[in-house]
Amino acid sequence: MGFDTAYRAIAEDSDDQRWAFGTGFTGPLAGVDQALPRGADALELGAYCLMLGDDALVMSHRLQQWLARAPELEEETALANIALDLLGQARLLLTRAGQADGTGRDEDDFAFGRTGGEFRNVWLAEVTDADFGGLIARLLVFSTWRLALLDRLRASRDPVLAAVAAKGVKELTYHRDYAAQWLLRLAGGTDFSRARIVAGLAAVTPLINELFTPTDTELGLSAAGLAPSPASLRAEVTAVLAHVLYPASLTPPLLEAGSAPAAGPSPGGRHGVHTDAMTELLDELQSVARANLGATW
Amino acid sequence: MTAETARSDWPLYEVFLRGQRGLNHVHVGSLHAADPQMALHHARDLYTRRNEGVSIWVVRSADITASSPDEKDPFFAPSGDKVYRHPTFYDIPDSVPHI
Repeated sequence: MGFDTAYRAIAEDSDDQRWAFGTGFTGPLAGVDQALPRGADALELGAYCLMLGDDALVMSHRLQQWLARAPELEEETALANIALDLLGQARLLLTRAGQADGTGRDEDDFAFGRTGGEFRNVWLAEVTDADFGGLIARLLVFSTWRLALLDRLRASRDPVLAAVAAKGVKELTYHRDYAAQWLLRLAGGTDFSRARIVAGLAAVTPLINELFTPTDTELGLSAAGLAPSPASLRAEVTAVLAHVLYPASLTPPLLEAGSAPAAGPSPGGRHGVHTDAMTELLDELQSVARANLGATW
Repeated sequence: MTAETARSDWPLYEVFLRGQRGLNHVHVGSLHAADPQMALHHARDLYTRRNEGVSIWVVRSADITASSPDEKDPFFAPSGDKVYRHPTFYDIPDSVPHI
């Protein structure tokens, strides 16, 4: 075996040698059939894509607000990477929403052309963070829940949703790991850092029940094999949070004493009811698009 | 403790990446982190954003023993005139393309 052969065996991508880092970039939807699955309720499918897309878009914007505010330069880049991953998921999901509901709206129409009451994200995605400890607690719950959701969504009968989920699972696995490592560091650090993470967990606790409260849309799609039932995610999310929090001697938010889950907002974000923080977020998110109607970028 | 002193408390790590086509890990830069796991995360977030790497090593900068510029002559000059250490006096067979 000559040297060239050995080299090729180790190099993982030998085409197009001109590019130092390879050219192996393919869109997540390459080769995916974009036709609506047979028997699917197109309006329900569109509404569902909007829910998941809005979760990602709004959470991404909240993370972007940490840029120039994060405690370390390296953390800033990490948070920006996570925000970009979620923004990528939002773009695919909002585009799919426009295809499915028959209106032909594109991702920008959805992101910049809707009022607050038309957004379908959960409250967990839109609330502000008091500090870095609050962000880490929220990110841990959000990424744990979304990973459990997308993991099951990979089996959706809608090939586009399944492809978006397959891409998202890899991303969210990293997001969850990032948040879990920081949670352990803060919990095991100083009295001050531990107090911040305890306060952060307390702040997200009332928002968790909404994640598992199904809407009619989700129940319909679940019955049709297009999406997981929200309630079915509770066991996994509870187990993962317990796995992360018990070693740090913290009580997972879902297992508070008395174990009666705190009531979530009702009706909540899935029905278009949002917090005041959401209004401010949208003002910022949509300000450029409003000031320059029809602009492209 | 202020944020400034906390920052200076984080040790420096050196980052080595093996690219998709690379046979060995190459030094790409350094970063601050509180522990090795955080250094790996930071390295992933700072140095592999453009699909550069398939493997990362991080090592505390303090753990690297380096040759000193002051010792450059005693270290490296003595090998400069020993041309017989280079295999340039041999006929290379055609069947050995890379040497």
